[in-house]
Amino acid sequence: MEFKTFVFYVMAAILVFAAVRVVTARNPVHAALFLVLSFFSASGIWLLLEAEFLAITLVLVYVGAVMVLFLFVVMMLDINIERMRQGFWSNLPVGALVGILLVVQMALVLGGRYFGVEAMPAPPAASETYSNTREIGRLLYTEYVYPFELASLVLLVAMVAAVTLTLRKRKDARHLNPAEQIAVRREDRVRLVSMPAEKDQQP
Amino acid sequence: MNFVVPDFYPAAAEIFVAVMALAIMLATTFARRIATALAYGLTQVTLMIAAVITLFSADASTALTFSNMYISDLMGSLLKLMIYFAVAVGLLYGRSYLADRKMDRPEYFLLALLMTLGMMVMVSANHMLSMYIGLELMSLSLYAMVAFDRESVRSTEAAMKYFVLGALASGMLLYGMSMIYGATGSMEFSGITQALYHQAGNQTVLLFGVVFLMAGLAFKLGVVPFHMWVPDVYHGAPTAVTLMIATAPKLAAFAMTMRLLVFGLFELAQHWQSMLMFLAVLSIVLGNVAAIAQTNIKRMLAYSGISHMGFMLLALLSGVVEGDRHFALNAYSSAMFYAISYVIMGLASFGMVILLSRAGFEAERIDDFKGLNKRSSWFAAMMMIVMFSMAGIPFFIGFFAKFAVLQAVVAAGYIWLAVLAVLMSLIGAYYYLRVVKLMYFDEPEDTAPIHAPADVRLILSVNGLAIAFLGLLPQGLMSLCASALIASF
Repeated sequence: MEFKTFVFYVMAAILVFAAVRVVTARNPVHAALFLVLSFFSASGIWLLLEAEFLAITLVLVYVGAVMVLFLFVVMMLDINIERMRQGFWSNLPVGALVGILLVVQMALVLGGRYFGVEAMPAPPAASETYSNTREIGRLLYTEYVYPFELASLVLLVAMVAAVTLTLRKRKDARHLNPAEQIAVRREDRVRLVSMPAEKDQQP
Repeated sequence: MNFVVPDFYPAAAEIFVAVMALAIMLATTFARRIATALAYGLTQVTLMIAAVITLFSADASTALTFSNMYISDLMGSLLKLMIYFAVAVGLLYGRSYLADRKMDRPEYFLLALLMTLGMMVMVSANHMLSMYIGLELMSLSLYAMVAFDRESVRSTEAAMKYFVLGALASGMLLYGMSMIYGATGSMEFSGITQALYHQAGNQTVLLFGVVFLMAGLAFKLGVVPFHMWVPDVYHGAPTAVTLMIATAPKLAAFAMTMRLLVFGLFELAQHWQSMLMFLAVLSIVLGNVAAIAQTNIKRMLAYSGISHMGFMLLALLSGVVEGDRHFALNAYSSAMFYAISYVIMGLASFGMVILLSRAGFEAERIDDFKGLNKRSSWFAAMMMIVMFSMAGIPFFIGFFAKFAVLQAVVAAGYIWLAVLAVLMSLIGAYYYLRVVKLMYFDEPEDTAPIHAPADVRLILSVNGLAIAFLGLLPQGLMSLCASALIASF
């Protein structure tokens, strides 16, 4: 067995194990950490496919940013995992049956017959000077500029939706407006009332 | 590396709407006091100017730009004009409804505009990538609009259902697209057609892709067995948003079906036609039968929408008969006519539901229409026109839409399908006519006077009269659909 093939199988085994653990882990923090592990193994497989830029981006973006945020959310929210799992075991037989059926059916189509090495030969090796990053950048800003720009609008929608659905003025918050505070004049705060002088009253 | 700057002219309307969406966002941030009125006014103006741009740039020739990801043709222009119209009318109907419920935040109009942009991109997509991104732009805006009533648990639940199922459908669609790309080596619709013509790609893999593609499409169209979200989302969403979901997105879904199946996978027509037949028959039967049992008018209209979409699919599936493409144009133009007339009827029907609602009261039970004739005989007549038209009673636009579809089905030789469709329409007539009966022969339960702004009354009346008028003279719109499709093929 070639060394690369060996590395692939090790990575793939870790990936499958980690993915299964993401679903089965009892502690949500552990599940998130297993997701990190599965991202790492997937990026290793991408490296084997000579997709270096994507592999590094996967680690940087998903592990470095998204998963850290995810962990924060998981830790901040008090998720009762036991209650969410209610009905898991009773629904398992039906779910497992459907799942296995799906896997078998898909394996029949997606197996080696149509997507094996013979049907899909490896592309010719890239030259020494070929840069993955450069190619992606070039395509993204030339040929694929239309979907690229539209994707930015999709992100904008997500942002607008998140803000408009969650931002609300709290009535109980004692919010201060510094500008108003600075602009305050004596008359706004103190009212001088002229009253007739009174005699001291002796008890 | 030679890169030519793309020709922006064919996509002028899209670019304009995108820029205006950003401008509206900035403008409302700086003018907080008048933000809602400003956003509403600017959105309507944007839709109007976009319509002018589309109208002037529409010609019989087909233009490709953005590395062939964007296609500008007459079919697209006609559908886009209808989409602007549906969104503009929908916003107008919904505005006072939203204001009464303190939901008229400027973001609503911004999301509506971005949803319009998503639909425009879908209508003009010539590439699976631009199709998918347009779809996501539309769907994400809709999910947010469904959840717009933050205080309502039902609306949040509807949004959640819509979002989760929609994400699943998008996943299926993407999976199907990736299979087709794997089999044909192209994501561009004309490239796929060419590859299929040269018998490239493995048939099994291709069919596998088509099945997933169809599942995604069926969800977006809301046809059985991927219809479960429709009644719940229609019911749970604020009525103004239900109006939005039920109208313009149907045109976008029609365009998506046309582009993917007819422009892309035409060579596989015999396979996807049998799948469409399955979807259409189930939708017409289940939609009409389930609608009878409803007491909520929004749910009833949801099931009626399912059956209408099934009817539209009937026309799409009778395009090719055993390799004979003689009837294709006729069938597809009748499907387009059906989609457009359904949108016009959908606008009026949900517009009536909004008209009867007021602050603190939702006219969503069918019983709320009781005795409408005594409260306002004019709007009772309008609702009667809409119901008659939806039922397919001559001579309203719905009749000619059904008639054209049945003609196409008979021409394709599916007599049994036509008979079934007519029988199911008869069943369907029951629940439409029940509404008419309640309006004219029952005593009103709700006696509050109908209050609605003058512009809503005016446009709703025009909308109702248009259904009657187009029913008397359907030829213009029909030949418009036909000539748009002839130019696009």
